[in-house]
Amino acid sequence: MSELILGAVAYDAKVVPIWDGFRAWFTARGVPFDYVLFTNYERQVEAHLRGDIHVAWNSPLAWIEMVRLARKHGRDASAIAMRDTDRDLTSVVVVREDSSVRSLADLRGKRVGVGAADSPQATLIPLLSFADANVEVEVIRHDVLVGKHGDHIGGERDAVKALLAGTVDAACVIDGNRLAFAREGLGPTRVVHVTAPFDHCNMTVLDGAPASVPRFRELLLAMSYDDPEVRPLLDLEGLKVWQPGRTTGYTLLERACDRFGTLDAWLAAR
Amino acid sequence: MTELDLDDLGLDEGGHLLVAHALVSSERVLVRGRAENLAVDLPAWCRARGDRCARTDVGFVIERGPYQRTGERAGSIDRPVDHAPARWGLAARGARVEAGAPLLDLPLAAKSAVWADEAARLYAQAAAAQWDPATAIPWDAPVEHPAEVEDAVVQVMTYLIENETAALLVPARFLSRIHPHFREVMQLLAIQTADEARHIEVFTRRATLRRQELGLSTAGGQASLASLFDEPEFAIASFLLSVLGEGSFLSLLWFLRDHAPDLCTREVARLAAQDEARHVAFGLAHLQRHLGEDPSLRGRLAAAIERRHAALANTAGLNALVFDALVLLAAGDWSPASLRRGHAAVVELVGDMDRGRRQRLSRLGFSADEATALSALHTRNFM
Repeated sequence: MSELILGAVAYDAKVVPIWDGFRAWFTARGVPFDYVLFTNYERQVEAHLRGDIHVAWNSPLAWIEMVRLARKHGRDASAIAMRDTDRDLTSVVVVREDSSVRSLADLRGKRVGVGAADSPQATLIPLLSFADANVEVEVIRHDVLVGKHGDHIGGERDAVKALLAGTVDAACVIDGNRLAFAREGLGPTRVVHVTAPFDHCNMTVLDGAPASVPRFRELLLAMSYDDPEVRPLLDLEGLKVWQPGRTTGYTLLERACDRFGTLDAWLAAR
Repeated sequence: MTELDLDDLGLDEGGHLLVAHALVSSERVLVRGRAENLAVDLPAWCRARGDRCARTDVGFVIERGPYQRTGERAGSIDRPVDHAPARWGLAARGARVEAGAPLLDLPLAAKSAVWADEAARLYAQAAAAQWDPATAIPWDAPVEHPAEVEDAVVQVMTYLIENETAALLVPARFLSRIHPHFREVMQLLAIQTADEARHIEVFTRRATLRRQELGLSTAGGQASLASLFDEPEFAIASFLLSVLGEGSFLSLLWFLRDHAPDLCTREVARLAAQDEARHVAFGLAHLQRHLGEDPSLRGRLAAAIERRHAALANTAGLNALVFDALVLLAAGDWSPASLRRGHAAVVELVGDMDRGRRQRLSRLGFSADEATALSALHTRNFM
């Protein structure tokens, strides 16, 4: 069986032990496996189309990039798996607890702190809520590691710090991070808006993927949290169990990309 | 289904503890609450734990996920097991250890190789007997002996410092290899190295009380100490260092306590000797236990003395520099009568060291003849 090569983006040092661990695990189970790390999702998507990698661990924005780029080149992308924690997320717009703001409309003309420019959860999807509500705001971006699609939590943390420091009137974060930041002492904050649910990362393949992909997927979905060898890897990657991939949870982000023209220039150049 | 009312307590204010507590005993929990952010926080918190969360007319129904943290017990708190597995790693003895932790290289994992029932008692004794060099030593006590006697004190201190450095580093090397399951032994070796650190401090301070420079470190002395570093087996290293080396060292410190020309040196030696006696006691205790389980160790111990003697056969032999310094130190002045007295005291010290070694060897089960022969082979560098 030829080697299956996965692409992932190095948004944090922990990415190396995660995929080193998975490489050993898959190889021991008869699927020769290796991985390549990219500094940004755009480079990964292009490499995938070229055939340099067979499977991509994609952010939701990278998934849409892949779908649209593949379509442009007459190819098909599909999502074979995702984490249990990738399903039905929401983003929230938060304000300081003592703020008089009660709704998105109250933020009209005010300063709203968001994450990195390409973060689906902390920028694109929350800003779609403002656009849908016809509320114009001054967007203050917190660009930590652009190209990594907000995988790095730093942009969201900086937005909440700015909120608490009083330099912005609201901040946009993913739901679980509001709680995580509260544990770090970054609070209290109050939620004034919750987006509709959306899905996050997925394992993407293109048509004509290697024959080992079905076995890879089967093993992935069979990984057990009770297995002491994979549990630390699942903990690092932030899941309890892999689920089959689904593509119904990306409509919000697709709409945001269309609304803001996020991918237009990138796609046109490829 | 258990029902839980959080009232106005938010999950960002500690409310998650109540939910988690309810989920320990109940697979399904109905959560109600008035906290403003509950509808956002509860689903996000459940998702991260792998629980299901559904909003209903009466509140949130949470179904516990199958991913509970389990683990095996790392023995019991008060009694170590015979072989501590590497998978227990740094976990406290008696803790529940989750599977999948990294395997540390902790090769000293057999109780027979490291354990002594006395370790806990000796550790407690050591912890209670720690002394502060700043206040325990009369640093301002008068020093009225001749300059040459002070030079002898400095030479002896120089010798003590390098011996104590070996006594710190040799156990420290084993300390990092002992499985922490044998907690009391780990603690005892740790406090033993702290003892040696303090001894190095006070000997250095005493040496520089009246002098800017230290004495001579001899090649033969260093060769003897270096041979302690070559011993890979804990039992043998402990035998050479603690039972023979520190045992002889104890006689030397008592000698200084009784014969040093000034109060400061006498106190430094007295306090260091208290600590060294514990080190010897632990060495003896765990070797007695080890020999009880593995009598073949006795032959390896004897062979180790012979091997070390052979390795050091070409070194300068008796450390004449230290011997002479001890004579002058005990004499206290240059008069023939004093020198005769000092010389006799040092000869008596050498005899004391030999008697002490033979006594300790016989406690380890060596016959009187074996003990005499082995004691005679012990390095003439004392340690």
